[in-house]
Amino acid sequence: MKRILIPLAAVPILLLLAYGFWTDPRAIPSPLVQKPAPEFRLTSIEAGAPFALADLKGKGIILNFWASWCYPACYEEAPLLEASWQKYKDRGVQILGIVIQDNEANAKEFMQRFNFSFPNALDPGSKVSIDYGVYGVPETFFIDTQGRIVYKHVGALTPALIDQQVQTILKGS
Amino acid sequence: MRQRLVLGMTFASVLVLSAIAYAANQQALEDRVRDIASDLRCVVCQNLSVADSPSDLAKEMRNRVREMVEQGKSREEIQAYFVSRYGEFVLLSPPKRGFNLLVWGLPFVAILVGGGAVFLIVRRWSAARPGEQARVDPAYAERVRRELQDRTP
Amino acid sequence: MIATLGHFILFLALGVSLYAIMASIAGASPCRPEWLASSRNAVLVLFCLVTVAIFLLEYALITSDFSLRYVANNSTRASQVQFKIAGLWGSLEGSILLWTWLQSLFSALVVARGSASDRHDPFLPYATAVLQAIAAFFLLVMTFAVNPFAPLFPVPPDGRGLNPLLEVTDMLVHPLLLYLGYVGFSVPFAFAMAALITGRLSEEWLRLTRRWTIVAWLFLTGGIFYGGWWSYRTLGWGGYWAWDPVENASFMPWLIGTAFLHSVMIQERKRMLKVWNLMLVTLTFSLVIFGTFLTRSGILSSVHAFADGPVGILFLTFLGLVLFSILGLLAYRADRLKGHGELDSVVSRESAFLLNNVLLVGICFTVFLGTIFPLLSEAIRGAKISVGMPYFNRVIVPLGLALLILMGVGPLIAWGRASLHNLERNFLRPAVFALAVTVVLFALGIHSLEGLTALCCAAFVIGTVGWEFFVSTRTRMAMTGEGALPAFLTLLLRSRRRYGGLIVHLGVVVAVIGIAMSSVYKLETEATLKADEQLTIGPYTVQFKALRAAEQPTHILVWAALDVSKNGKPIGELRPGERFYPNQQTPFASVAARYGFREDLYTILSSFERDGSSATIKVMVNPLMAWIWLGGLVILLGVIVAVLPERRLALLAARRGAQASERSPA
Repeated sequence: MKRILIPLAAVPILLLLAYGFWTDPRAIPSPLVQKPAPEFRLTSIEAGAPFALADLKGKGIILNFWASWCYPACYEEAPLLEASWQKYKDRGVQILGIVIQDNEANAKEFMQRFNFSFPNALDPGSKVSIDYGVYGVPETFFIDTQGRIVYKHVGALTPALIDQQVQTILKGS
Repeated sequence: MRQRLVLGMTFASVLVLSAIAYAANQQALEDRVRDIASDLRCVVCQNLSVADSPSDLAKEMRNRVREMVEQGKSREEIQAYFVSRYGEFVLLSPPKRGFNLLVWGLPFVAILVGGGAVFLIVRRWSAARPGEQARVDPAYAERVRRELQDRTP
Repeated sequence: MIATLGHFILFLALGVSLYAIMASIAGASPCRPEWLASSRNAVLVLFCLVTVAIFLLEYALITSDFSLRYVANNSTRASQVQFKIAGLWGSLEGSILLWTWLQSLFSALVVARGSASDRHDPFLPYATAVLQAIAAFFLLVMTFAVNPFAPLFPVPPDGRGLNPLLEVTDMLVHPLLLYLGYVGFSVPFAFAMAALITGRLSEEWLRLTRRWTIVAWLFLTGGIFYGGWWSYRTLGWGGYWAWDPVENASFMPWLIGTAFLHSVMIQERKRMLKVWNLMLVTLTFSLVIFGTFLTRSGILSSVHAFADGPVGILFLTFLGLVLFSILGLLAYRADRLKGHGELDSVVSRESAFLLNNVLLVGICFTVFLGTIFPLLSEAIRGAKISVGMPYFNRVIVPLGLALLILMGVGPLIAWGRASLHNLERNFLRPAVFALAVTVVLFALGIHSLEGLTALCCAAFVIGTVGWEFFVSTRTRMAMTGEGALPAFLTLLLRSRRRYGGLIVHLGVVVAVIGIAMSSVYKLETEATLKADEQLTIGPYTVQFKALRAAEQPTHILVWAALDVSKNGKPIGELRPGERFYPNQQTPFASVAARYGFREDLYTILSSFERDGSSATIKVMVNPLMAWIWLGGLVILLGVIVAVLPERRLALLAARRGAQASERSPA
């Protein structure tokens, strides 16, 4: 009777490997969710004006990391970002764009192409990107009015997602 | 006159020594940066460390490490910083606590258990044959063994 | 047309392999020669069918027939012909077809050799059935999941091409070596299963498959070394082994295969360890399947992974079937497997071999644990962690060193009873030699603890092997009056297994010396240089002259011209670069290096300013790196010596004996 149990010894390892099908080895969960958003101070590309998180207390913030070489995802979500900015800018939401590993000429071209009217800044040395644990583009952080990160999204945004997260970040006010 | 000479020489040697110390320190700095960076995972690569990876983000992570080393941060502080941003995933070697002790401990446990088992088995098997063989001079036996070996294919 | 024909042939082949399984089992017991003959024919027919399928796919690749999706994904019109051919194993579907072909080839060889002898072989039918079952699985995967002959419509004007990293000569060698090794191990596995099924658990099945095991091991070893060499010259991070999950997947069967090679020697001489050997060989094959599963399932992120869709589930199912069959058979035959173990003394070569097994299996366990631990951690803790190079190096290096010492001590101990007194005498000379070498190395400037330990152990092994060669040759010279070289060669040929094995050990030691020195004394530096600026590393000075770009047929190459001098004397130019391909987001490194016996000077272009004003260069000096690859070649030599065919050998030996007796007065 005991002998029948011997083949079952293989089961745990098979189950573990099967579990592997449900996980994505490339997705890194962010430890910054539900934590205060790291401070930064950059200079915006268009206006040359300072661009800092501290100045935006009390607003819900959508912080989007993008790059001109990020094809096709950033190109897909760019019009959506600008549209969302038009929709929510008077509702206490601020959209900020940070350009990672790119140069000014390409960034300006991208911004002009999609008529970005919200502030964007280059991130020299990727300091802010590293501070936010960014490992690819595009990535978007939703920060509420108290300055906490409520959600991080990897990949292109969708309208439904933006609407849902905007509600969450404005809930505090 | 002699005073000035001594002063001049002291000043010169201080300069020289500082230069050497600075160069050594730079080298030491680079070594420290490499050392810490080689325990961090390059998050955009497959299984490479931040020290080894040729990618741009890795280079910038190295720069951040260098900055923090220059600020006097310790290895633990630097690792804690990256973990707070990227999660435990960014450590290329699992920290030796909690559940991770399994991966650090089990291999040695396995070897000890295996070695112990072999020892017990070998003892049992050699005890099964308690009879003594005829006493032969070991050196002679060795030579015979060698020659036999050479003759037999 | 080729698409439908090819797919049909695969279906047919699947049917033939299923028939072969049933015919073998039907003819197995009681022995029914007609069924066995029929199954033998089926095996040969299967080989022909799969060969035709291969020809079809190669034809499509060479003629750039993009109506097949596989051809469009793995070649372009502009590719050179050898890379079109190599496109066969460039990605998933084709690699499975290649595996199937090798499986069918080896099955055919097994039945052809089997029927050459007129003895009725009780193992052959079941072994055939097992080999055919494996082939049937791979055919199933191709006919129902990932069809290499899948059509593509509309037919594109040009293909996407192989991944640029793979369009190199290495691609013609590395996968083939590995697959030959993997599939090679299926033969001893099949015979082991046959032994379990028939209940004939004596040494016959070992004897029948000894040569298969050694040859499979040789190919796997070659594939692993070659992979490291390829990585080093191409990937541009300066290393050769990253403990990537798929690298580990090839290393694990190698470790168990090596353990098996050693412990069969105990079973051959002492008829012990039956269960253990069966477990080792079935574990080797299970790890081969586990490795294929890892590569193709996408559950672990890796450089090699080429995963997709249902293939992962199919391979997991197959792995499950394999494990259940093995364990089920072992449980079924449990009572017949109780070996009678007898040893003459605790100190004996048998014990050394057992210890060797413990270490090798222990290292394999460590690699396995480290590879799946991230998955385990995520499943149990929900936390994503990494287990990478620092972990593996830290844990495995001490185990490796222990194994190294054992490699030196093992051959010194006699089979059966070995007195400690004897052991000490044999041990003393090499130990003294090792110590002397260590002192000399220390004096020469090698002060690293890890380096000295590794080199001390290596010297010990060299001492034991060298002394053995020396004494035996000297004895033979005294006996027969031959010169040194003829005496040594005759010894080699007469005790092929022992001396072949010793040469393999020497090869391992050479490789270990290379590994130790190149990692401990590696020099590395990275700097951003403007025109005519230079950096120094060790005795070398590297000066950046200019940045250039050149357009190649498939990519744009940007390279930096570097003037290199050593100890002040200019020694040439190196041109590290980056290759930009239209389909790829990131560029590929183009390594420029001077490879040498003493050290390698290795340069990479990390990044550059677009206007060519500056370039960031990374330079490394890797001492004794070439010794690793040389060690691999010595291992190859040793295995060849060990498996040289009997007849030719006896002729050679007889001829030398005749010459010797002519020379010396009788």
